[in-house]
Parts: sequence; structure tokens; C-alpha cells
Amino acid sequence: MLSNKILKAAIVAATALAISTSANAHRVWIKPSKTVLSGDSNYVTFDAAVSNTIFVPEHFPYRTDGLVATGPDGNTIDLQNVSTGKYRSTFDIELTKDGTYRIGAASAGIRAFWRDEQGKRQMWPPRSGAAEGETFENAVPKNAKELRVTYGSRRVETFVTLGAPSNKSLAPTNKGLELVTVTHPNDLFATETATFKFIIDGEPAKGVEIEVVKGSMRYRNSSETITLTTNAKGEFSVTWPQAGMYFLEASYKDDKAKAPATERSGNYAAVFEVLPL
Amino acid sequence: MLKLSNLILIMTFLSCAFIAKAQDKLQLEVNIPRLQVAEYHKPYVAIWLEDSQRKVTQVAVWYDVEMENKKGEEWLADLRQWWRKGGRKLALPVDGVTGATKGPGSHVVTLDLSKLLTKQAPGQYKLRVEAAREVGGRELIEIPVELPLNPSNLPLTASGKSELGKVQLTKN
Repeated sequence: MLSNKILKAAIVAATALAISTSANAHRVWIKPSKTVLSGDSNYVTFDAAVSNTIFVPEHFPYRTDGLVATGPDGNTIDLQNVSTGKYRSTFDIELTKDGTYRIGAASAGIRAFWRDEQGKRQMWPPRSGAAEGETFENAVPKNAKELRVTYGSRRVETFVTLGAPSNKSLAPTNKGLELVTVTHPNDLFATETATFKFIIDGEPAKGVEIEVVKGSMRYRNSSETITLTTNAKGEFSVTWPQAGMYFLEASYKDDKAKAPATERSGNYAAVFEVLPL
Repeated sequence: MLKLSNLILIMTFLSCAFIAKAQDKLQLEVNIPRLQVAEYHKPYVAIWLEDSQRKVTQVAVWYDVEMENKKGEEWLADLRQWWRKGGRKLALPVDGVTGATKGPGSHVVTLDLSKLLTKQAPGQYKLRVEAAREVGGRELIEIPVELPLNPSNLPLTASGKSELGKVQLTKN
């Protein structure tokens, strides 16, 4: 009897915890060893992790399954020496062609939340992903109570360049929340101002909330976060205070989702290297 | 038969002519300091001319040209201002511009600077010299140059504090 009560309490607590962690999303980052390279060919090695202290891997490794590296010609290239440890994944890419490489993962889809007959919270697709053949139409009850359907997109990426920077691999897909690099992402220098633009499904994203944090957070008392918002054209500018590796995170929400979704959201994260003058 | 005095006259005339011609010749001398460090590698050095619109004319790049498979090019990006100012767009090696690294001492740039400078439009320029050394530091210095060059302003000099010594633009 008692043990049953404890169990129930534990389940409630665990559910609350699960909800609170999903509300405080952790920072996801893919950090290159360097981003501006010379030579006939060269290598870059990456750390990828989920952790809030930039760039200390201390929470979860970032799973590399969905990662794609795109070369300057737009073709994908292999990740080499992929390894996932306790707190981070590492991998290398070989740069054999001059130009800019994009390394990242993107996903988008709808998610439904409702309460079932017993008043319990339900979600589709579950965290483990939709079962085969399952669709919104056949998985979510037609008369679901308190139904909320969101369309969300997530993108995590970084950029590296061999030789002169190029733009082909930076072309947007016009799906989800994406960064349009007005200033080239591998041509960033301390004290200079870079201009970027956010688009949502190909349209300028106004009011995107952005946070920019320099690495080595562990070694200072203040996070020194730069907070920015995009204008009506989706643009924002950032003046890099110092040289270093920077983490940029952005989120966006509106009600212009395609049915059956009523809410559209986008999350974006990237790592940029800023060099000293 | 030529008189001795005449011979001297001719010789003087010839040497004057030589000097007059040489006077137009400009020379850029770059000093690389001798450093008391446990592990010394000769620095990579880049020299370029930049106009007020930041348009770049390459003057010299000294890097490890001898390494197999162009391996020496892998550290050119450490000359990070030069790399940004056109280095990254060059197809290496460049005749008359690229050369081997040089050790401590005085080095004269081989490119004909007189010719290069007279080709430029009048205006304010910067002659920039950047050095980056493995297991060491990096330094960028500049000499402001007004073109066309007024010879009475020569020599123009600048001095580095760490990776570069005196850099001097003189009449030869």
C-alpha cells in the first residue's frame, strides 16, 4: 500500500522533472578546432556536446547520427574517426577542396499535445519517434481534449573554410529557422561588426531572440551574454568584443503554422570563431 | 691615348650615372630579430601594400616552400591579416613574391618596389609587414606611404616589438 503511494509520488516527481528539463533546453554545440585554414588540404577536428557551460562538455555527448558535413561544392563528405564518449562526441573532416564547409544537423516536424479520457498528458510523436506508419491523422484522436499542435524546427551547425570563403554550402533550404550569413561566418574579427539574418521557412523572421556567449565561461564570473533581437527584415548585427570561439543560440515563435499545427517555432544554435585583428 | 685626368673624368661620369639610376631604386629591408628561445623556428613573413580602400598588392611571402606535398602552406593562415587581405585567394607559389623563410638578420625584398610603387595611383597607402612564428608569436606593423613618393621623405621606417625588428624603405 505505502510502497504503491511512494511509487506514485515518484512517478509524479519524475514527470515534473521531465517537463521542466524540456522547458530548460540545454545548449547543443559543435565546436571546430579552427575555422580558417590554409594548405593544399587540411583537417579539422570537432567536439560536439550538450552542455550549458560553453564549451565544457559536462552533460551529454551530442549524438552524431544526424550530422551532415557539406563541402564547398554542395556535396556531402564523410565524418572521420567518429567517437562518442561520456560527455562529448568527436569527429574529423578532411578538407580537400577550397571553400566553405557546413557541418550540422537539422530537423523539423509537428508535435501534438493533449489530454486523454483519464486527463493524462499525451504527446505525439513520443521522444522515441513515431512508430512506422503512424501519422498525425491516425495517431492523435480526432476529439482530443486541450489539443495543441506545434510545428517546430531545430538546427545546429558550424562552418569551416579552406582557402578563400565561398557561399554555396551556406545556401538556405527554406525549411525551419535558418541563418543567412550576410557577413561570411569564417571572416569574423574582434571589434568588427557582423550582420546576419534569420529566416523562417524562407521568410524573414522578425523578433528572433538571440544569445551570443563567448567560450571559456568557466573562467569568469559573469556569462557576458550578448542579447539581440532581429528587426523586421530578420536582420541583426553583433560586434564581437574579443577574439575567441562563440556560441550563438536563437529561438523564434509565431502562429503562422500550416494546419494541423497552430504554433510555429524554430531553434537554432551555431559556433563561430572570431580572430584577433 | 687617354689622359689619366680624362679617364678619371669618364669614370666619375659613369659612376655618377650609375648612382643617378640607382637613386630611383627603392629598397625594403626587413630585420628579423634573434630570439633567445628554447625552440626557434624561422617566422612566416608577409609583406603587402594596401590602399585606403584596402585594395592589396602583394610584395612578398616567406614561408616553408620546401616541405613535401605543399605541407608548408598549412600555416599560412597564421599570417591572419595577410591571409584575409588576399593571401587566401592566391594560387601559390607566386613568381617574385613567394620565397623561403629567413632567419635572424637583415633581409632585402627582391621585388622591384620602385616599379610597383610608381604603378599605383596617387594616395595614402600602408606598407604592412606581418610575421608569425611556430611556438612563438605574431606581429603586424605598418609604414604609412604617400604616393607618389617624395624621395626627401625617405627613409621610411617602422619597428616591431617582438617578432619583427626594424623595417625600412630606403633609396638604394
